[in-house]
Order: sequence, then C-alpha cells, then structure tokens
Amino acid sequence: MSSTPLSPLHLAVALDGTGWHPASWREQVARPRDLFTAGYWADLVAEAERGLLDFVTFEDGLGLQSPHYSELDGRTDQVRGRLDAVLTASRIAPLTRHIGLVPTVIATHTEPFHISKATATLDYVSTGRAGLRVQISARPHEADHFGRRTLPPISLEELRTPAGQERLTDLFDEAADHVEVVRRLWDSWEDDAEIRDAASGRFIDRDKLHYIDFEGRHFSVKGPSITPRPPQGQPLVTALGHQTVPYRLIARQTDVGYVTPHDAEQARAIVAEIRAEQEAAGRAGELLHVFGDLVVFLDDDQAAAEDRRARLDALAGEPYTSDARIFAGTPAQLADLLQELAAQGLSGFRLRPAVAGHDLPAITRGLVPELQRRGAFRTAYEADTLRGLLGLPRPANRYAATTATA
Amino acid sequence: MSKPLKQIHLAAHFPGVNNTTVWSDPRAGSHIEFSSFAHFARTAERAKFDFLFLAEGLRLREQGGQIYDLDVVGRPDTFTVLAALAAVTERLGLTGTISSTFNEPYEVARQFASLDHLSDGRSAWNVVTSWDAFTGENFRRGGFLPQEERYSRAKEFLATANELFDSWHGDEIVADQATGAFLRDAKAGSFVHTGQHFDIHGQFDVPRSPQGRPVIFQAGDSEEGREFAASSADAVFSRYASLKEGQAFYTDVKNRLAKYGRSHRDLLILPAATFVLGDTDAEAEELAKEVRRQQVSGATAIKHLEFVWNRDLSAYDPEGPLPDIDPDVSADHISKGRAQVRMYRDPLATAREWRELAAANNWSIRDLVINTGNRQTFVGSPATVARTINDFVQADASDGFILVPHLTPAGLDPFADQVVPLLQEQGVFRTEYEGTTLRDHLGLAHPDDVRRERAAS
Repeated sequence: MSSTPLSPLHLAVALDGTGWHPASWREQVARPRDLFTAGYWADLVAEAERGLLDFVTFEDGLGLQSPHYSELDGRTDQVRGRLDAVLTASRIAPLTRHIGLVPTVIATHTEPFHISKATATLDYVSTGRAGLRVQISARPHEADHFGRRTLPPISLEELRTPAGQERLTDLFDEAADHVEVVRRLWDSWEDDAEIRDAASGRFIDRDKLHYIDFEGRHFSVKGPSITPRPPQGQPLVTALGHQTVPYRLIARQTDVGYVTPHDAEQARAIVAEIRAEQEAAGRAGELLHVFGDLVVFLDDDQAAAEDRRARLDALAGEPYTSDARIFAGTPAQLADLLQELAAQGLSGFRLRPAVAGHDLPAITRGLVPELQRRGAFRTAYEADTLRGLLGLPRPANRYAATTATA
Repeated sequence: MSKPLKQIHLAAHFPGVNNTTVWSDPRAGSHIEFSSFAHFARTAERAKFDFLFLAEGLRLREQGGQIYDLDVVGRPDTFTVLAALAAVTERLGLTGTISSTFNEPYEVARQFASLDHLSDGRSAWNVVTSWDAFTGENFRRGGFLPQEERYSRAKEFLATANELFDSWHGDEIVADQATGAFLRDAKAGSFVHTGQHFDIHGQFDVPRSPQGRPVIFQAGDSEEGREFAASSADAVFSRYASLKEGQAFYTDVKNRLAKYGRSHRDLLILPAATFVLGDTDAEAEELAKEVRRQQVSGATAIKHLEFVWNRDLSAYDPEGPLPDIDPDVSADHISKGRAQVRMYRDPLATAREWRELAAANNWSIRDLVINTGNRQTFVGSPATVARTINDFVQADASDGFILVPHLTPAGLDPFADQVVPLLQEQGVFRTEYEGTTLRDHLGLAHPDDVRRERAAS
C-alpha cells in the first residue's frame, strides 16, 4: 500500500439533481426550476473546477428516481426526472478546461458499442477529460421500459440472499463484459491508424484497425469502433460497490472504485478485499484508486451543519439515510476525517453534496483551502487529462503491444 | 399571377465518410477533433443557417472483405457531439441521424429529449432504418430485418418515441419550495405501448422539452419511405437536386400530405447539394474539375468499378481501358456497409454502357469514373450559385438545400461569406434568426399547437 497520510488526496464530487438530500430542492439556493437546463449544470461544474477538483460524476438511471429498489414510490414531493448524463457532460465539456467529466452509464440495458463511442467522443470534445461510471440495473420497472427481459421484483435486502446474490452476480458479469467490450473498442484503432497517404490514396492503414471479436454469454460484438482511439487512449472507468460482487468488478475492470466505509476499520477491510481481488485478477502492478464516498453537510460551525440536516429531514418527513456515511460538520472536521480514512488506503473521495447549491461551494471554498493548508490537495491543475490528474499513465494499445516492442 | 417569394432554408452537412470529402487537400483538417465540428457549426450559425446535419454509419464499410481505406474513415458519436455543439452555438439547429434498428425507443427518446433541453429546443432526428446483419454484428440485438419489416419497425419506433415525448405535457413540474410540491402528478410520464415490435410500459423520465418533440427528418426514397415521410416527418432529406427530378419528387411527396390531414407547409423537402465557387463561372468550372479529380484517385476509380463489376479488379490499371470481362451478378456483393451499391440495378447494362462511353471518348477507367460520377450540384460564381438556388426553390424543386462541402472544416466558409449575402439581398434568406428553436427556423408548428388545432376542428 503506497498511501501515506501526507500524500495529496484526490477529490471528486457526485452531482445528482439539487443534491443528495431528498428535500434539498426546497433550499433557497437550490434552483429546482433550472434542473433541466444546461446553465444549471454548467454553473455546478464551473464551481467544481474553481475548486480544482479531479472530476465530477453525473448520476443517471433509465427510469424515474425512487428510493425503493423495485418500484416507483409515487411521491410528488421530491425531484423526479432527469437528463441523460452523457449528453449533460458533453454539453458542459466545451465550457470547462481541466476538470474530468464522468457520466453514469447503465450496462444492463445499453449497447456497449454505443457507450464506447459516446465516451470516446466525450473524450474528444473535452480533449482528454472523459470517464464513465458503470452501473447495473436490477430494477424491474426499468427493464419494462425496454421490454427485452423481465426482471422479477426484488428488494435491497433480498439481494443479499443466495438467490439475490446469483442475480446480482449475473448482472455484474454482464457489466464486466460490457466494460470489456467498451475498452476493446477504444483500442480497436491504433493511435497512428490515420495516415492520409496521398501517394497510395489511403486515408487509414487498415492493419492498424482491429476486430475485437468479443463473444460473451450476453452478447457478441465484432468491431472495430467507428470512432478512432480517444485522446486518453482509455477514458477513465469507475464503479461504485458495497460488497464482494461489485468489488470484483472494481478490481478487474476499473481505474477508480467508489466504496462506502463508515469508519477507518471498514475502510481498511474494504481496501484489503479489493487489493486481494486486484491481485487475483492479475492487475497487482496497476494503479487502481479506491475512493471513499461520503454525503456532506458542510458549514462554518458544526451546529449549523447539524441544524441544516435536521431542518431538511423535517421537510422530507423522515431522517435521510444513505449507503454512504453522512457527515455534518466543518471543513476542518471533514479534512480530519478524510485524512484518517485515507490512512487506511483510500487515495481519494467522492463527496456527495447534500445540497448542491450550498455544499458544493462549501467544498470548493472551505474544504479545499483547508486541505491545501495541510499540503494535502493540489494548488493548481497539474495535468491536461483526467488520467493525468489521477496519476494514471496513458495505456499502451492492447492490439499494438506486440508490434510496439518488436 | 405572381406568387409570394418563398424563403429558402439552408443546412450544413458535416463532410462525410465517402469520396465527396477530399482529405488529400492540404487545407483538409481533422474529421474527428471537436475543433473541426465547432468551426463548421460556427460558420453555419454565422451564416444564419437553419441547422447542422450529421450522418451516421454503425459499422466501418468493407470491400472485398477488407475495411475500406480510401475515404475518410471514423466519426464521433452523433448525440455526444451534437450536445457539445449546443455549447458553442446559440440558435443553430442540431440534426442527428439515428438508426431505428440498432436502438430502443426509450433510450433514443430520452437522448433526444435531453438534447432538446440542453440546446433550448434545437434538436432534430433523421430517422433511418438499417438494413443488414453486417452492421448488426456490432450490437447485442443483432441486425437483420426482412425488407418488409424495416419500415414497419421504423414507423413503430417513431410512434413509440412520440408517445414517450408526449407522456409529459409540460405543466407537471411545479417545484414549489414553500408547499413542497415538486410534481403536480405522480403519474407524469406514464406510457403503455403494445405493438408488433415493442411491448413496453412505465413512466418516462425526461420532462417535456422545449420543442415538445425533436423535428423529424426522413431520408428514404422508396414508396414506403415517401409514405413514411408524408405521414410522420417534418422534413425530407432528399437526393433529387436537379430541377426536373426535384420538381417531380417535390410534387409527389407534397401531394401525399393531404390524406394524412397535413398541408404543404407541414413538410419541407431539402435535397443534399454540393457546390464549387469561383470568381467567375469559368473559373468555378475549372475548380470543379480539379475537385472531381481529387475525389476520384486511381485507387478510388478501381474500387468504384468494383461496385458495378462485383469482382476484384485490383490488377487493372486505372489509367488503362475498362475490363473486358462482365460483372459477376451471381455472388454476394463485394461491398458491405454502404447504400450506394443498390444504385446499379442492372450491372451488365451499366458495364456495357460504360464500355461504349469510354471507347467513344477515349477514356481510361479513372476518366470514366470522374465523368460519370456525380457532378457538383452548384458550380459557378457566387451570383450564379445564389440565382440558381433561388430559382430551384421558387420553382418548387425544393424548399432549400442541405449543403455538403468537400473540405473539412472550412469548406462552408466561402458559401457563408459570398453566397449567403446575395440571397439575403434578394430577400429570400433571413438576416437574423427570428425565433429560438429549430421549429421556429423551419416554420413548423409546435406539436402542442397542432394538437390543439386538431382538437378544435
């Protein structure tokens, strides 16, 4: 484990509607009527870039939001509806220069061919700042939007039973295949495939384009991509996990895994499990970031943050619960917590602002300066690409490897 | 009796992956970097064009079992690049070609509704049907559809997408911070569709977008394609850019509208058109010849002949005479992933005709391909081209044109700088955008107004 408490942290922010608290849209700063405009998202990402954050993620889904895993809840007092995350990220890309843009894509119902070229294109329009966050959907009502398969209803608790685990494993295996196809397609053009050789009349050297010939249990894909290899070679692949099955996907296929430890001990255990899986997958020598996810209420004093949380809980009619630890306090207290968790092997954090309009600026203007004072966060963007910001090398092309060393 | 002058509609087609696009010219830039798309879009917007148009092909073309390498190869994802272009333009419409074969209605509807929100109402969808299992090899759903099912799937796909667009009416989001009501109706976005190709239900998750629905384009030319356009499209991307053929197509398609309760104004006919400008007509003619030679290299000429002969002709010299052997009409077609092979319906007759032409004119293979290939639609001085375009439109050969420059990304600039001002002087092209949405530019009614009108009548 290379992380020491003093190594600089990486910071990402997870954007979702007006924030992660279901009553966040009722805050004065929330702008709920702007949610379906480009300007709303542009302002949030500009704020994140002002704070020198590594990247933002965009939540998404193929159905209306619902706290129930298996069905819609019929509520009308929370934000419902959203815009496609890849398109939102792409709309923001030309307006920003440094920050990474990582939309969520749902592996379960989408075509890996489309996802691969869409992310590659996001990498082109952002000149090397694209990534994706891959997610599965076990939600029956989302499957009904596609009509291609029927998923029986299941609750989050049932997902922990052996039958539930089997279903989960199946969906994550499919997601792993999905990512494998996406990655192969990114490599299906070698970087120097475009030759524009006027003498022979050839635009490309077709020996540098490759069929990927993927054959899996869920789909087969021929290739090559219609889109040339993107600027980063391989845009960033990320995933969130809470247990062994998704940890395995993180270990095998991603560059950044998001996990949800509630204390230092859990952080240590999760990191150890992912590192073991990483080794088993033959990736021991590769840099794989493990980020902790936290919901944050940030104010200049702890009482104010706790009051705000209580006020929002009252508006929502119930206490907010989350898969991630919920923090309410000051920037200095949060910096302490992040450093404590980082000491267990987390190299960064994905913070989920409880209220985007309040807690995102609190991160960029409160937490970031605090971490900078401690020498634990960058004071300027030091790289042009998202991989560069995360210390990830531009990977060799898997199909070019043999000729490159010859 | 003089009828009022029609206003011309103009669009810009980003140069495509075919031999119209000249990549060998020293001025030719990247076909994949966003800066090229941004330059092209800004030029179109500076010239007050109605919209930018992107084509799409979902598998790299092959010939003789190998990836075709003589034309531009490679392009970005349509939706993603259009969303980014929305950030560098303010009024220009953004039209994407999206297949109804290799997608699902729910996903495409949410992508277009999202693009319409993110562009403040500037999205358009050119609905195409794809034809082959060859392309299907890139997709989990596979591809092959029997000929007779392609339009039935496309029609049902579009009808289903429209049901999804219409599942929100536009007044559902109250977002009242004081009372805590975000939605007026818990059932917002509800839909049920049961049909031959799609059986889906639930609640759509993108609220009503500014245009209600994206503007719908149709590009097919068959009898079914024309009916599809007359029943369901807002504009047709046609291939008839000559006066007589254009008028015949225009009359035919517009006359089909009445039976669907639609008027001539409800569907625009916009042919694709190429152009070459010069200071004088003579200079433009010379330039046009040069461009055609750039478009047809010796290697391209041989490959073009192979479309007709359906044989490997790589042993032939492009500067030499045509092959004596006849086309192979029995085998599978040598070319995969492109539509134009179907243009030669009787290869034996075409070969005979070409041999006669070549012999009569003493043409080599390359000369023949250059001279029988598509001449540019508009060749001349800016004044000649402006006059010709206006004449076509006023003579009801079209409602405007989708211009396809041969150079990326600056090929549209001379047209914008030299021809557009002349059209503006003649009072047949806008000098400023009058509305904000693509429907405004095209003079198309908002779907809500259409519905209200129908309900009232």
